[in-house]
Amino acid sequence: MARLRWTAASVVDARYETPTARTLVLDVPEWLGHLPGQHVDVRLTAEDGYTAQRSYSIASAPDGTHVEITVQRIQDGEVSPYLVDVVAVGDLIELRGPVGGWFSWDPVGVDPVLLVAGGSGLVPLMAMVRTRQAVGSTAPIRLVCSVRSPDEALYLDEVGALPHDVPVVLAFTREAPSGSERPAGRVTLGELGRATNPAETVYVCGPTGFVEAVATMLVTLGHDPNHIRTERFGGGRA
Amino acid sequence: MSDMSYTDGNLLAGPLSDLFTVDLTIATTTCAGCGKVDRVAALHVYVVGEGYVARCPGCGDAVLRFLRTPTQVVLDLRGTFSLRVPVADDTA
Amino acid sequence: MSFVNPGFHGRRRDTSDRIPPGQFRTDDFPVLSAGPTPGIDLDTWRFTIATEGGSTHAWTWAQLQAMPRETPTVDIHCVTKWSKLDTVWEGVSFDTLMDDVDTAADYALVQSYGGYTTNLPLDDLLDGQAWLVFGFDGEPLAPEHGGPVRMLVPHLYLWKSAKWVRGVQLRLQDEPGFWETMGYHEYGDPWREQRYAGD
Repeated sequence: MARLRWTAASVVDARYETPTARTLVLDVPEWLGHLPGQHVDVRLTAEDGYTAQRSYSIASAPDGTHVEITVQRIQDGEVSPYLVDVVAVGDLIELRGPVGGWFSWDPVGVDPVLLVAGGSGLVPLMAMVRTRQAVGSTAPIRLVCSVRSPDEALYLDEVGALPHDVPVVLAFTREAPSGSERPAGRVTLGELGRATNPAETVYVCGPTGFVEAVATMLVTLGHDPNHIRTERFGGGRA
Repeated sequence: MSDMSYTDGNLLAGPLSDLFTVDLTIATTTCAGCGKVDRVAALHVYVVGEGYVARCPGCGDAVLRFLRTPTQVVLDLRGTFSLRVPVADDTA
Repeated sequence: MSFVNPGFHGRRRDTSDRIPPGQFRTDDFPVLSAGPTPGIDLDTWRFTIATEGGSTHAWTWAQLQAMPRETPTVDIHCVTKWSKLDTVWEGVSFDTLMDDVDTAADYALVQSYGGYTTNLPLDDLLDGQAWLVFGFDGEPLAPEHGGPVRMLVPHLYLWKSAKWVRGVQLRLQDEPGFWETMGYHEYGDPWREQRYAGD
């Protein structure tokens, strides 16, 4: 097995998901494919040689040499403002990946999967949903998204249009859309659901406080801690 | 209020790939402080510049530390009794 | 392989003669910790100096508060490349704590609540070069910045200024601390850019 190398990826397309989040479509000539849930490391270099490195989850299903990342701009961040506001189609960025084998889902699996996203923690979980749809997997999958308000929600149209066999709970914690039946508030035990199938694997991704709170709720609901996989962003990542 | 500034061992996948061709984040460690067994991916990680400190979620001891300097990569494992790495069975 | 990303500047640079080589100026106060912020109860807080001969000198929070205070205004430099100018602290000079301590030690190992350690020559803690501080910018020192009490040794990189300090072990032989065992420089002079062993 070859060691991973830093490689040049070109930005071939870009779109804003929200005013503060942008998806970059990258072409990575040496890409060998990935599992949904994995991430890439991005390294930027300034003219004076200063470098900064961050990790970003892959948002897309495997698709040849194309890889999408969705970057949430962090106030006073160092790397994310550049990726959200500055980098342009045609530019090159340095990248290493895919990496991270633990927080990943293999679409050949048939066991049920519960995905729980806090804010931009939806990115790697969306890659899992997209991969399931792309390969025609019939693994039962449920998606619970917690986000502050509709204008901060990633992929809102796509999540709303998922087929009926992918049940979705959208929990707006501060401000619900007008006409919504669900009042604004945190994800509830009922929305996460009791563990009914011991084979179910749960993926939880988001800010550290969110992940710890959800993991505790899942154990309360009877989920096997060995079947809960977590990815924490920290207090916020720049 | 408890401190939620840490991230986790998933973040080590890239840095550890400087040293290893297998993905060490799926390995399990046994904490030398309290004996708790965890995936590297589940350790609580504090990032300080080019340094990563991975702590036991149970007792908080530093299980694994990683530092990249301009001239070397340092991996300090004094906080773990053992590191178990799953491999494919190639004897079958 | 590395190439420049046009328009990427990182954080703003400053070439003022008060900024050591390779550093940039920040007006924030970044929080960098190698572990969780420990919960420390002032009623049980102690600061202990242990000499090489085995004698110990300990201070409670109230005793520390009753000692003569200084308000050093200093520039601080973090090995992660930020520097912050004219920071105003309040605390007790380490010289004052050493008044009644008899020692022939050349080295100090500073120890913190939470397990952090850092080593430096004892001389670098003396002669008005180091303080035990509990105030920053006119306020009590915040826990994420090392409160209730941290060490302040501003002429060295900031990892030598241990947060949540609980004691100093005076030693005849040097013993590397938390980062020093990982390859950080044993001394850490920002003006000589001593970031890593061998620099």
